[in-house]
Formats: sequence, C-alpha cells, structure tokens
Amino acid sequence: MRAPKKGRRQSSEGDNEEEEDELLQFLGPAEGTQEREDKAEKGPTLLKKEYNQSVRWQEYEKNPYDEVKNPDGIIQMGLAENQLSFHLLESWLSRNPDAAGFKRDGESIFKELALFQDYHGLPAFKNAMVEFMAEIRGNKVSFDPKKLVLAAGATSANETLMFCLAEPGEAFLLPTPYYPGFDRDLKWRTGVEIVPIHCSSSNSFQITQSALEEAYKQAQKNNLKVKGVLITNPSNPLGTTITREEINLLINFVSAKEINLISDEIYSGTVFDSPGFISVQEAIKDRNLEGTDVAKRVHIVYSLSKDLGLPGFRVGAIYSNDEMVVAAATKMSSFGLVSSQTQYLLSVMLSDKKFTSNYISENRRKLQERHDMLVSGLERVGISCLKSNAGLFSWVDMKHLLSSNTFDAEMELWKKFLYKVGLNISPGSSCHCSEPGWFRVCFANMSEETLKISLKRVKSFVESTKASNSDVGGSKSPRSSRRRSLTKWVLRLSYHDRESER
Amino acid sequence: MAIAIDIEIEKPSVGLSRVAVSDTHGEDSPYFEGWKVYDENPYDEVRNPLGVIQMGLAENQVSFDLIEEYLEQHPEASATWGNGTSSFKENALFQDYHGLKTFRKAMASFMEQIRGERAKFDPDRIVLTAGATAANELLTFILANPGDALLVPTPYYPGFDRDLRWRTGVKIIPVHCNSSNDFQVTPQALEEAYNQALAMNIKVRGLLITNPSNPLGTLIQRSVLEEILEFVTRKNIHLVSDEIYSGSVFSSSEFTSIAEILESQKYRNAERVHIVYSLSKDLGLPGFRVGMIYSYNDQVVTTARRMSSFSLVSSQTQNFLASMLSDTKFTKNYIKINRQRLRKRYEMIIEGLRKAGIECLKGNGGLFCWMNLSPFLEKPTREGELGLWNSILHEVKLNISPGSSCYCSEPGWFRVCFANMSEQTLEVALKRIHDFMEKRKTDQRNHLSY
Repeated sequence: MRAPKKGRRQSSEGDNEEEEDELLQFLGPAEGTQEREDKAEKGPTLLKKEYNQSVRWQEYEKNPYDEVKNPDGIIQMGLAENQLSFHLLESWLSRNPDAAGFKRDGESIFKELALFQDYHGLPAFKNAMVEFMAEIRGNKVSFDPKKLVLAAGATSANETLMFCLAEPGEAFLLPTPYYPGFDRDLKWRTGVEIVPIHCSSSNSFQITQSALEEAYKQAQKNNLKVKGVLITNPSNPLGTTITREEINLLINFVSAKEINLISDEIYSGTVFDSPGFISVQEAIKDRNLEGTDVAKRVHIVYSLSKDLGLPGFRVGAIYSNDEMVVAAATKMSSFGLVSSQTQYLLSVMLSDKKFTSNYISENRRKLQERHDMLVSGLERVGISCLKSNAGLFSWVDMKHLLSSNTFDAEMELWKKFLYKVGLNISPGSSCHCSEPGWFRVCFANMSEETLKISLKRVKSFVESTKASNSDVGGSKSPRSSRRRSLTKWVLRLSYHDRESER
Repeated sequence: MAIAIDIEIEKPSVGLSRVAVSDTHGEDSPYFEGWKVYDENPYDEVRNPLGVIQMGLAENQVSFDLIEEYLEQHPEASATWGNGTSSFKENALFQDYHGLKTFRKAMASFMEQIRGERAKFDPDRIVLTAGATAANELLTFILANPGDALLVPTPYYPGFDRDLRWRTGVKIIPVHCNSSNDFQVTPQALEEAYNQALAMNIKVRGLLITNPSNPLGTLIQRSVLEEILEFVTRKNIHLVSDEIYSGSVFSSSEFTSIAEILESQKYRNAERVHIVYSLSKDLGLPGFRVGMIYSYNDQVVTTARRMSSFSLVSSQTQNFLASMLSDTKFTKNYIKINRQRLRKRYEMIIEGLRKAGIECLKGNGGLFCWMNLSPFLEKPTREGELGLWNSILHEVKLNISPGSSCYCSEPGWFRVCFANMSEQTLEVALKRIHDFMEKRKTDQRNHLSY
C-alpha cells in the first residue's frame, strides 16, 4: 500500500508549518495497516480525533518565544536540535574559508565537485566520517569506509534499510517509547510494520527478555514476519545509553531468531556522562563475533544532524557488515545522495583532528551542563527525570501532575503546558509510551537564558497548581467537552493575567 | 559478560528483500557496462590519448567558466550563509521540507526565463528533491500503487527503469515511437499502449514524457503536447513532464513547455499535470543534487513535500544557489551563452558525423545527438546493434549508448553525448569515427572483390 491515502507529517524534529494538526504526528498512526487503524486500540488513537479539532501546533508557530520581540511567547522544547556548539563550527569555518568556497589548497575545485555524483560518495568524506565515528567511540572500534553508505539524513538511511531488509507487510520490533518519526520513516513507503517492545518505568524503560519475546509473539499472532529489531542508542526519547546486559540480550535474541539488529546511533556523540556508550559495533567486537553471520545482520545508522547540529545539510549513513546490504543500499542512495558541496566541506572539517577532538569534548561538556540545569531546576519543583547520560532532552516524569492516570489526562497536561505555561513539550503518547505522564523536554535548542525562563515558568505553574488544588480540594475536572472549552477560555484569561509574574 | 554462541557457518547470510536483490536497478544493462570499460581505460588528452572517450554521459561541461566567474566576483555566495542577518547556524538548522523560500523564488524565476517568460511558476508549488532521480521516484510513489503502470514513450532514459519501477513496484508500459515520423508520439501509439495495459489487467496511472527528449534531443511539438493533454484527460490519468533539459534547448523560441499550454487553457485540467526539473543538466551541477517537482495539484504538492523528507536538498546548497540564481543578470547571460555553446557543439558533431557518412535525427536541444547507424548493421536486429556497439567500444574506443538500452524499437540508433568534453576531445572522437567508417568502406570493397 504505497500510494499514501493519508498524508503523514514531518516529525516533531522538523520545523514545518502544517495545515493539519501537528498533534496527529505526535500521536502517530496506530501500529498496523489501514484496516487495523479502524480497529485501533483505545488511548492515543482515539484522542487523535478529538484533538484534531481543538489543539493546534500552530499555537507555537503563531506565538513563538523571542527573547526581545516576544518574551511571553511559547518556548519550543519539543525540537531535538543541538545549538550548543555552533561557535566551534563558526570559528573553524572562519579559519578555513576554502572548505566552503569550493577550494582545495587555494585552487578552485568547483567543477570537480559540481560533477561528482558517484553514489559511492566522496572518498575523503567517507574516510573522515568513519574516523569521526571511531573517535566518538573512544577509538575502541574502527569502521571500514567501504562498508559505509551515505544517505540524505538518518531519515533516508532508516527507510533505505527497511527497503533492503524487509518486504511490505513484514515487521521490525522497536522498544517503546520511540522517536515518532519512525512511524513515517520505517513504514510509509515501505509497507513495513512496527511492533512495539513494551518497556516500563519499573526498570527505567530497559529492554527485557520477556518484553522481547512478548513482542515477537504478538507479531506472530498478527501474522507478521519479524525481520529485525531496531533500537536507538542512545535512546530518543529517553536520553539513556543501552546497558551491556541489554545489548547482549539483543544480540542473543537476533542471533537465535536469525533476524537483523539495526542500531540507530544518531546521538552517539551526545553522551555526556557515565555509564559510557557501548556501540553495537563494540559489543560485537567484545564478544568476538566479528566476521560472523550475526555481525552481518547488525547495521548501524548515523547522521551529523544531532552531534554536529547540522540537520539542514542532510548527512546520514548506513554502516553494514553485509556486502549485499551495502551494495543494495549504495544503489538506493541514488534517491538521496548527499550534496557534493556539503560532502567536501565536511570532509575538510572532520579531517581536522584537532577540531574534532576539541569539538567532541566541548560538546559533551556543554550538554552535561545544560542537562544538569534542566534536571536540577525541575527537581527543585518536585519534578523528577529519568536518570540520563546522553541526548538533547530529558525524559520527564509528570505523572503526579496528571488529573488521572490516563492518556486523556496526559493530553490535558500537554495543553496546559502549551497554553498556560507557554512551553511546547512532547507527550509520551506521541512516542508510543505505554504509561501516561511522561514528557520529553529538549534543552539544547535554546540559550541558557531561555532555559532559565522555561524553568521559572514551570515553577510558577507547579506552585499555582498546588495553590489551586488546595483551594478547590484537589478536585479533578470532568470530561465533558463543554467544560473543556470553558477551561481553555479560563486558562487563556489566566495566562494573560499571569504575564507579569514571569 | 560475553556469552558464546554457536554460529552455524554454512547458513547463508541473512536474506534481503526482493527489492534489494532484484536487478530492476538496471545496472547490468550495456548502458552501464560501457561505463565500466571507460572507467578501466579513460581517455586523457595528455596521459592516455588512446583511452576510451566517454560519450555515454549526458553532462554539461560547456559553461562552467560562467559559474566560476560568478564565484570569483561573488565570493559571498558560498562564504556567507544567508541573506541579511542569517547566519551559518540558521542555515545549518534549516531542514524545513518547504525549502528555502528565496531559493524556490529563484528557481521559479529561472524556469520562467528558460521559457522566455511564456509561463509563470508559483514558488509555493515547488517541492525540492535531491535530484530529478528522487523527484521521479517520489511522484511515482504518489501517483501509483505497486502493480500499476506508467506509460513512457520509447526510446527513453534507461535510468527510468530504476527510478520509476525499482522500489515502487510500478510498471512501465512503452509507447512505441519510430523513425517514420522522427520518433514523435502519436495518439495511436498512446492508445495502443493503453490498451495493451488493459489487456494485461494493469491499471495505467499516468504518462511520463521527457521534453526535450532524452535520448532523442528533440522537442515535442505544440500540437503533439495538446494531443497528449487531451489523451490523459480523456483517460483520466496523470501527466508528468520531465523538463530537465529545458535550459539546454538550442533556440528558446522553439521549446513549448506543458506549462505554456496549461496557461493558455487557463489551467483547465491542470490538476493532473506535474513537471520535473533539475539543475543537473542546464547548470551542470549533478553533484549538488538539486531537483524538484512542480505540481498543479494541491494534494500532490502537500504529499510530495512530506515525502521529500527522504531526499531533501542540502540547505548549504540551497543557500548558495539562491544567491546565484537570484542574480538575473547572471542567469539571463548564462542561459543565452549556454544555449549558443550547446548549439555550436551540436552543429560540430552533426557536421563531423555527416563527413563520416553518418546521419543523425534532427535535434533541437539536449546534450547529445541521436545517431543512425542502422545502414551499417550486419543484421537489422538488436544483436546486430550490440555487435556494432561492441566494436565501437573496444576498437574505436568510444563509449556511446545503444538504442536498445533505451528500449528503441528500431535497431541501429545510438545516443552520442557531446557536451561532457572539451572541443579538442570531440575532434579526436570525430576523427576516430571518421577513420572507423573509412576502414569499413575499404574492408567492404576488399571483401566484395573476393
């Protein structure tokens, strides 16, 4: 079913104006085919219809925060961008003007670059990429540029891997919560299905043997042939790196089932704290599985969109030990080649080892700083986060702020944050989280001052909630729509009244 | 904690999808085989004067000096990162699938200039993609389901086999054209192809034309375009007009874009029409991956935009080209001079081939000519054609594209590129052809005398 009957949206990672409700994307389509969507499970999918009418992403677009021009606007905390290290990139660029000016050693190579459309990629760039990837992993592993296939972003890389590894109607298992964009990237044009591996807060959302088995059984029950497991490591939205136990579990599982393991390591350069990052490449090496059939079934996806903060440049990659996958993916990359202009610029930048080592450590340091600021700020008002060591966001536990332990209440809280608090954060249901009350909050896509303001707003909100709860006796709002629209009106009024308090 | 696993080595490596292992990517065709022979022994004026001359690659190398001159005069185009107060950061973060507005405006204006201002383009109907390759595949995903078909007039660009069919599962039904009317598309040929699909129970979703044509190098006449529009309307199917070579027309006044026809009809039935464009041929920038879909259908625009997430154009490249293409002094001059030089090359090759006793189809655009070697085939068959192609590749050391790789229904035609080399190299190639033809004449005379 390739010709899409419904438009799917750009993920929340993108910055796109939509006529339709952006929330549709947050909530995502129900897992499964068109037919299955009609018999969707309750919860997020039911809500989709309600919120279609009432809540609009455009609230942010209409009223975006600006330090000077719109200090009361909505602060974007739903966009996983890394804006912390641009000064390093900018200073490098000013010291190396040739790289962006189509010059090598002062000589113009414009024509050479303009004509270069070889889908094997610019050799200098691929060499620089694999070295950068190794450096991020503390040089505990190395990568062969011949096994690297370039793609127009991880979006393209993930889709291409699906085309290579699965037939329409087959499935990949994904641990929840997961990046909402996967619903589009893995399923839309490929016809591949996603079956969730349910993870819970009881063990910090780690993947367990029983959850894996359960997901596999579920797939079989639905007559879906499982072709592999796809993990994001470090995790989006959790911000955690996978543990040694989990990675071993996964390797054993995919080995036993003879299926693939895709490790999307797009956030590998954002690991700022212990425990360290264990790349699947390292795990394979540590278990002496290099060159085996298992190793051939393990594929890595990477991109420069998060670590280097360059999502606009569309630089992604697939790394595979299976030469047939490399061959097929290489041909498919024709549909999403990286601009040679960009390949060249980045080949020069990433070949500068002094730059890369400084960048990697500086970037980590700043991310740690920001993370700590957000986490401690939230802690001070009684909001805790999942303990995390990576990523551009925190996975925040707001269960205690829900009026009831339901996804309805989660949506209600999301709306409050959007309209009343003026923060756009991502509800866990949009990431297919099985427990209501969790939110992903980004901290790296704004200045320090803005983050401080966000924290002040949260503080005010929490304090006012406590106050109003004690006044009214902590009652919960009834579910009628008339009440809901009245609440919204009341919230809007109070929002304006409270302007001066920010 | 390492756990030992019993790996059975004799099991084959993990299976790939049918798409991955199919040969629908088309890379096993002679079109690509010739490239391999070239890669192993490439001609170089100084270092390898006896090497294979690549005449199978439709690149435009005749006008780079104009762009390099622009770069020298405007270093800020690549060194700064946006107009006004925009910075590197803003550009690097820009991944909006609507594409940079300034760039789309510049593209729309460029397309209008190419068409002598005879059609207007709305920048908001432009969906950017990583090359026309991505644009054509994307459109196919949107307009057709697996198992459906697109009609494509023959001969056609071999890459379509991959771009339209490979991952989409869509079929191509050829619309046969022949030399009796200079390979023009006729209503009869269209009907025949359509009926053929019907007979096979295949649903036709659209017709894809390339105008100017690859490999023919000819322009579709206005009357034929009108017939085509009437046909697709009657059958209620889509029309995709790949106008990737529109800026490579030797004389601007001769080219009629489907956009002009739609405008003259006040956009009646326009919602079934989509144009594909790219900067790979006209500006000679295939490496930068700049393509687009221009659709008159709002739903297609919206869906294509979302789908373009899989093949966005680098914001660095959008920014650079927005600067350059907004400079109308530069673009007007470029278009004019590029045309003149291509025409000159075309005339040079036609004349050279004629002197060697070879005729070509009369062309009016593109980076190649459609050469007729049918009188010289040993047998008037595909085998005969490939035999001759082989001789030309290995003896004459010229890589040209056999018509059969373009699904031409008549054997003996070849596509010969002339814009991807210097004038000197073209002279060398023409001399080799001349000598080859002379030798054949002599051989035949000697043969006849036995």
